[in-house]
Amino acid sequence: MKLKARHTFFFLSVLFLAYSISIYMKPLSENEDARFNKKTAAEGRLVWQKYNCQACHQLYGLGGYLGPDLTNVYSHPKKGENLIKAMVKTGSKQMPAFNLSENEMQELVEFLKSTDASGTSDPRTFTQDNFGMIEGHEHK
Amino acid sequence: MNINKINIGNLFLVTAIIMLLIGISFGLLAAFIYIYPDFLKDQLGFVALRPLHVSSALFWIILGATGCVYNGLRVVTKQNVTNKIAITQWILWIVAIVGIFISYFTHHFGGREYWEFNPIWALPIAIAWILFLSNFYSHITQVKKWPVYMWMWLTGVTFFLFIFIENYLWLFPYFREHFITDMTIQWKVSGSLVGSWNQMIYGTAFFLMDRITKTKNVGKNNLAFAMYFLGLFNLMFNWGHHVYTLPTEKYIRYVGYFVSMTEWIIFIKIFFDWKSTVNTIQKHYHYFPYKFLMASDIWVFLNLFGGILMSIPAINIYTHGTHVTVAHSMGTTIGINSMILLAACFEFLKPNIKNDTKSFNSLNIIFWFLQGFLLIFWVALNIAGIKKGLWQMSEQQISYSKMMESLHPYFIVFIIAGIGLIASFITIASKLLKNVSKNIINN
Repeated sequence: MKLKARHTFFFLSVLFLAYSISIYMKPLSENEDARFNKKTAAEGRLVWQKYNCQACHQLYGLGGYLGPDLTNVYSHPKKGENLIKAMVKTGSKQMPAFNLSENEMQELVEFLKSTDASGTSDPRTFTQDNFGMIEGHEHK
Repeated sequence: MNINKINIGNLFLVTAIIMLLIGISFGLLAAFIYIYPDFLKDQLGFVALRPLHVSSALFWIILGATGCVYNGLRVVTKQNVTNKIAITQWILWIVAIVGIFISYFTHHFGGREYWEFNPIWALPIAIAWILFLSNFYSHITQVKKWPVYMWMWLTGVTFFLFIFIENYLWLFPYFREHFITDMTIQWKVSGSLVGSWNQMIYGTAFFLMDRITKTKNVGKNNLAFAMYFLGLFNLMFNWGHHVYTLPTEKYIRYVGYFVSMTEWIIFIKIFFDWKSTVNTIQKHYHYFPYKFLMASDIWVFLNLFGGILMSIPAINIYTHGTHVTVAHSMGTTIGINSMILLAACFEFLKPNIKNDTKSFNSLNIIFWFLQGFLLIFWVALNIAGIKKGLWQMSEQQISYSKMMESLHPYFIVFIIAGIGLIASFITIASKLLKNVSKNIINN
């Protein structure tokens, strides 16, 4: 049993490693998206983490549940860049005001521009393929 | 003090129990914000209370699992682990925990969800884990024929380090500049980390079953190994069900879907097989470990049902991003992981309650209160989640804040049940910590 277990353990571990590496290499085959600056957006991701926005907000339904999902807040007809900035500066009933520098604010907005460009998180727009898998959200 | 006299497994278990008490207290404070939005808004706020709660709960699970592995290893190898290394490991954990708490209190974040602290505090945790690995590896080689729980411990201890390092790939701009890949890796990590400590905790459940039945059948039969490999397979590949809604590659989501459907089935079978082999005398001798293991069995069943449903994409559309997910994570963390850890605490810390009828009876009642409050807590979250799921799929949506207000009755029930849970945990912990110095220092 021990020998068999060792072999199976080794086999699965190699499979896992190969699967992980295939995911790590994904960025190499991705095309540049001209709609946002990826370096500024990557810095904005750090601002998102620095102020722990994820404690209350979600991206693609992943994150905290106290506030709304912000994946597509940038292109929302009633929200957008101005509302993002206003909310961060003044807060709301349960959201505290955050004192971001001008640079941080720009980076955060660029990050939310990049999440918006990546797809839509509204489940009402999803369709399903023959096996039931969710699809269609890649195309806004 | 001679450090060789320290029972390192119990030291970790006691530290874990303290983290549990801290974690549930912060959890209650955070829950109040769902009803009273202004509560502690300008002091700590939800941004600090949530990570304080989540990190403490994670530390309860991780430190508890570490304590179980150390105690189990001592029994299996009939030798103590290298205490100097283990104490250094413990000190590094304390340094990390203190640093993390101070950073949360002063609003210095910077990490990802569940690990919101500045990455600097991940360093002592990683070093502590390397010490744990070295201590573990140097002692397991003394055992010739491994029961399944040793494989599970080995898997959990090894994979935790790999995945914990993977958890910080976002520090490299190469990953961070590609949002979808970055999110995919983030949730790959979240799913697999849970799988890694589950391996340590379920391994402990098998170890306890062996110890209670004294037959050595549970940990060495083919079915137990089949279950182990199924668990390992899930640890590695089932995390894709977290990212069905993320526009990542289709194969990642299909792999997650397929693997998720295989989960738990054999585990339940083994539990039911095991239960029938325990006789009355053994149940009496290991009364509370047996009771808590049985409770975890029921919670496996309930969460298995929910988990499998949530892994079906057509249902996941409704439950994703709702409190149904919270109910599932609370149900598995409290109902399964915590019940197994409490069973292990009763087995290893051996609170002297057998001869104290009053304590014994009150603990018995508290046990049932704990299960009852957890059930109410779990149901309230599920109903709130279903309501939110229906809201997010409806064409004519009311505003987010109005929808959240409409969930208040369920949040009130959730908070009341949470208070009951806290009272039950405090009572149980007070019994377990009664002879704390005797448990940690061997004479």
